[in-house]
Amino acid sequence: MPQLTKRYPFSASHRLHAAKLSAEENVKLFGKCNNPHGHGHNYTLEVTISGPTDPHSGMIIARTQLDDIVERCILSEIDHTDLNSDIEEFSSTPTTTENLALIISHRLDKFWAQKFTATDPRVTRIRVEETTRNSFEVTF
Amino acid sequence: MVKITRKVEFSASHYCAVSDLSDSENESLFGKAARPTGHGHNYVLEVTVTGKIDPISGMIMDLKMLKDLINEQVIDIYDHRFLNKEVPPFDRCVPTPENIAVDIWKRMEKVINSKNHELHQIRLWETPDLYVDYLGPNSEQNFQR
Repeated sequence: MPQLTKRYPFSASHRLHAAKLSAEENVKLFGKCNNPHGHGHNYTLEVTISGPTDPHSGMIIARTQLDDIVERCILSEIDHTDLNSDIEEFSSTPTTTENLALIISHRLDKFWAQKFTATDPRVTRIRVEETTRNSFEVTF
Repeated sequence: MVKITRKVEFSASHYCAVSDLSDSENESLFGKAARPTGHGHNYVLEVTVTGKIDPISGMIMDLKMLKDLINEQVIDIYDHRFLNKEVPPFDRCVPTPENIAVDIWKRMEKVINSKNHELHQIRLWETPDLYVDYLGPNSEQNFQR
């Protein structure tokens, strides 16, 4: 069956810093990403949905429905925020895009478990681009 | 496994509506895409082929041949057309990217599959922010948990 992928841009600031390391060790590990005042990125989130194509509508999922879910679960809480200070899950873990991808996948997975049944279309992959040159992928 | 992918573009118009739904129901399901006069996209199609690398030519498949097959099976039929009116089966089903990807798979599979190579994936970009991947009818089992 086909898989549908939609891309959603969002912008956020962050600072890479590991609480268990010293200031010098953080600079050595993260370089300029450890700048105390932080910095920002234009991220892009890709969400992939798998499921049977509805024979009536010809769609796996209505675009408006997917847009609403991503807006409500992810973008409304992450877009134009500071990841270190505004996102609860980052209170104890570095704001790497590996961790961001996991947080987004957990949030979507939780929403799907609450709202959808096993035969409904489901999210099977997300991918987060931190810049145009690096990306992080989680498959469900 | 080595895969090769050829990318092409075509431009076409369409609208998305189901005939037995009302205008307002279609708009709620498909949004602006339901407007019956249609609208257009610059579609980008990526056709991926797998197979054995020929020990003499060093190729899975001659890319010129792949390009000619895509032109003959897809571009000549889809490019600069109103899909609902001019490209069957979209007189009978909605030309969503899901359905278009499956139709392109069927058209390409019959000319590509041979003892040396086979069609692996169709990726169809409707816009830079939305694409559909289709790996053929055998991929249905992937949905089983």
